[in-house]
Amino acid sequence: MSAVMDNERIDQIVAKHDGEPSSLIQVLLEIQSEHHWLPMDVLKRVSQKLQVPMTRIQHIATFYKAFSLVPKGSHEIHICVGTACHVRGAQRVLDMVEDMTGIKPGETDLDLKFSLETVNCLGCCALGPVMEIDGKTHGKMTPAETADVLKNYN
Amino acid sequence: MSRLNSPAELEEFRQGILSKRDPDKPCITLCTGSACLASGSAGVAEAIEAEIEKQGLQGQVEIRKTGCHGFCERGPIIVKNPEGICYFQIEPGDVPEIFSETVKEKKIVERLLYSDPDSGEKIVHEDEIPFYKNQERLVFGSNGSIDPKSIEDYLAIGGYGALAKALVGMSSEEVLEEVKKSNLRGRGGGGFPAGIKWEGSRNAPGDIKYVIVNADEGDPGAYMDRSLLEGNPHAILEGLTIGAYAIGACEGYIYVRQEYPLAVENVMLAIKQAEELGFLGENILGSGFNFKVIVHQGAGAFVCGESTALMTALEGRVGEPRPKYIRSNIKGLWNRPSVLNNVETWANVPLIISKGAEWFTQFGTEGSKGTKIFSLVGKITNTGLVEVPMGMTLRDIIFKIGGGIPGGKKFKAVQTGGPSGGCIPEELLDLEVGFDELSKAGSMMGSGGMIVLDEDTCMVDVARYFMAFLADESCGKCVPCREGLRQMLKILTNITEGRGKEGDIELLEELSETAKEAALCALGQSAPNPFLSTLRYFRDEYEAHIKEKRCPALSCKELIAYYIDPDKCQACGRCLKNCPAEAIIGGKKKIHIIDQEKCTKCGTCFEVCPAKFAAVTKISGVPVPPPVPEEERTVIKKSKKQ
Amino acid sequence: MSEILLEIDGKEVKATAGMTILEAAQSVGISIPTLCHHEKLEPFGGCRLCTVEVEVRGRTRLVVSCVYPVEDGLVVRTRTEKVERIRKTILELLLAHAPDSFVLQDLAREYGADRDRYEKEASFCIHCGLCVRYCAEVKKKHAVGFIDRGSKKEICFIPEIAAEECWDCKECFPLCPTEALQAAFVLTLALTSPPPVADKTGS
Repeated sequence: MSAVMDNERIDQIVAKHDGEPSSLIQVLLEIQSEHHWLPMDVLKRVSQKLQVPMTRIQHIATFYKAFSLVPKGSHEIHICVGTACHVRGAQRVLDMVEDMTGIKPGETDLDLKFSLETVNCLGCCALGPVMEIDGKTHGKMTPAETADVLKNYN
Repeated sequence: MSRLNSPAELEEFRQGILSKRDPDKPCITLCTGSACLASGSAGVAEAIEAEIEKQGLQGQVEIRKTGCHGFCERGPIIVKNPEGICYFQIEPGDVPEIFSETVKEKKIVERLLYSDPDSGEKIVHEDEIPFYKNQERLVFGSNGSIDPKSIEDYLAIGGYGALAKALVGMSSEEVLEEVKKSNLRGRGGGGFPAGIKWEGSRNAPGDIKYVIVNADEGDPGAYMDRSLLEGNPHAILEGLTIGAYAIGACEGYIYVRQEYPLAVENVMLAIKQAEELGFLGENILGSGFNFKVIVHQGAGAFVCGESTALMTALEGRVGEPRPKYIRSNIKGLWNRPSVLNNVETWANVPLIISKGAEWFTQFGTEGSKGTKIFSLVGKITNTGLVEVPMGMTLRDIIFKIGGGIPGGKKFKAVQTGGPSGGCIPEELLDLEVGFDELSKAGSMMGSGGMIVLDEDTCMVDVARYFMAFLADESCGKCVPCREGLRQMLKILTNITEGRGKEGDIELLEELSETAKEAALCALGQSAPNPFLSTLRYFRDEYEAHIKEKRCPALSCKELIAYYIDPDKCQACGRCLKNCPAEAIIGGKKKIHIIDQEKCTKCGTCFEVCPAKFAAVTKISGVPVPPPVPEEERTVIKKSKKQ
Repeated sequence: MSEILLEIDGKEVKATAGMTILEAAQSVGISIPTLCHHEKLEPFGGCRLCTVEVEVRGRTRLVVSCVYPVEDGLVVRTRTEKVERIRKTILELLLAHAPDSFVLQDLAREYGADRDRYEKEASFCIHCGLCVRYCAEVKKKHAVGFIDRGSKKEICFIPEIAAEECWDCKECFPLCPTEALQAAFVLTLALTSPPPVADKTGS
């Protein structure tokens, strides 16, 4: 994951959407999914190319949950806190993860090892409470099992 | 594939597909919806493919990877056709036996069948299993029989027949009339009649009009729309195109959350296929009607499920709602007439057109016609998606289909309508589900989340949970929502953490009124509902938290303590070994004690304590009894013979 | 423009199509409190203080007057008990942020709002958006915008633009119902300007 994304790639993504200002969110989503975060220089380039003020880009980049203005850790932990998982004890799973990683939802640790996010529903309520690490689903978690799973990433 | 230029060409093409299909050929249908994938169905698919190759059965046995079948609790699910034998909770290791027994010998593998939890009886076919038997799967049923990535599968079950009928056989007025007659109400939230919404747009001035699919399903614990879009994307496209024809729209948008990657992938592929065959694009099926569809991915904001916020987001801006004094079907996306319905609503349209409004209205109640898909989750035995006719009682849904509450626990309430909805208590279990019935009970239909709560669920915590969700998801534009919910959350958190005080309930009621009456959009206006409905039916729980600092459900962490009953502890050591906080003091033949200072209340001890001892208990509202003195901690084992 | 007749607080009011209730009320000297409205800016409808009760075809409901368009035969009541109660709550919620704002204090006196009803919040901003919208709509500079959402929403200057445009403009300052904007601006300036010493040696 490089610190910057080259301008050529940004321009390609913008061109794919015909440089339409209304495609701003779609452009940012593509950049986010390729680069995993949105560096300030990239946003400035997008602002220039799409002729959209930086104020609007900053608001969008902080309003929607998909975007990150800081680099992410190499392992992304998602704890489902949808209602079904909540009533089945998602909070206890989250507490355990926070304890073990030392980070809170929305944060990344200093070693860039883990990023922790809570998500609202992963759509597999039968497995609740659910923890997802790097896209792999771990279902029916208890605090003790959570600890066991996380140890594999240490 | 070349474009089909008339209904006759479509029919010919369909017959071509059917003629190549042998209904008696063995076919293994595997659920690969998101929930089954999470349970490992990708591995099962690989195992099936490997087995076909190993046995040299290429071309003789088909595998069909379908969308969600609904019975997520028992996934991954396999249905062996043509016999319709259902196997549940399949692991890759089960696959060779399925081949050797069922595929080759036509014998049934008993251990993989559904077994009735009460009688222990094994059930072979889907339609005999209580979970399925009591449903009416008009909209959702096709999910189990088609591969969402194959337009041929959709055509084989009659797909795009409704579109052909509408475009060539009916005038746009007739299509609108049919939908109006069906009294189809929006499945996304408010239950506004779709036909009336369509008519408003149709009659609104302007040449450019839009139709929009709201697939920004954001209610936590609800995934109906996701499963439809993943499992049967062409049905939604077909419904959308019919709607566009009825109101005279030339462009459609599908606003789908980027958190649903499989839905995005399948719907994009479906659009491409539909364009190739001429179900989208110019002069569709030779009718002269033009229509195109664009996918817009939502970047993660619950408020964008609100129609005006969604339209603002489609314009590439921050999804803040607009005041709705002029309805969006008159002035919506780019200030043009725009009809927005959710996924399930659009998916009903092809059925109404092909089978008629009269057929449709035979299902449901006076005020709510047709069926509704619910995501039945939480403290329920059979978690999954269920489609029932409107008017079925909550009791039937939860107990007949859902199989009741697991672990011998007692039902407490069911939460419907997502964060805008409310909790319905046991005494109202015989309520018939419908838009108006649920609203009257202080909840709402919403998009169809149905979260079952048992005696271990704290109702104040449920209210706090939804308030936390909404305070985080509020766009922040208007004061009653941004500031009001923030304060409500603070008060509710204080109550669940033992800092509640006299007057809190009244203050919450005052803030509720302000949000309800003065907030800008439906998110803020309905935000107090979870609080108000739990207060209405479970006021005693609020009072116990505030006055006695007691959580009656023994759920609120700050108000409970874990305690080992010295009379019951048999010093088995399991809690000691498993406690992640090393908070348990014990030893061989020594009664175990929890060090309350160290305890993080994770509940592990409570879970691992063997049921035959049940020594670990939760207490609330009373002080923790002092530990047994050191010298009295020796366990006196009861002799087995006594 | 077609003429529209409506009733506000028992008074017959003549308005033209396209006007809002607020504009119609102001035209006859009926004052409705607002915090986010400005005649040069597009209606926003954020503070909800201008909420009034309307009666259309026998049904009463609350609407915000700065957005709601006038209609023939509309009956508007600007100071019912419920309206006053809601304004009081809104003011109390905002006073948690800006307890020393004179504008809010004056209104609080009028509506009997308690300055200390809610625990004080760290941010002074009440998110009326006047600075943000004025900079975008009137000045077309986009130097200040919103970031984040919900209770985390804040105003934020774009340093590069602020450094160039704001020093000679500052037209948003007097619009702010609190003192928060100035604080934010000074802070941004402090963060973006090169230290004075380096500046001197560099030139």
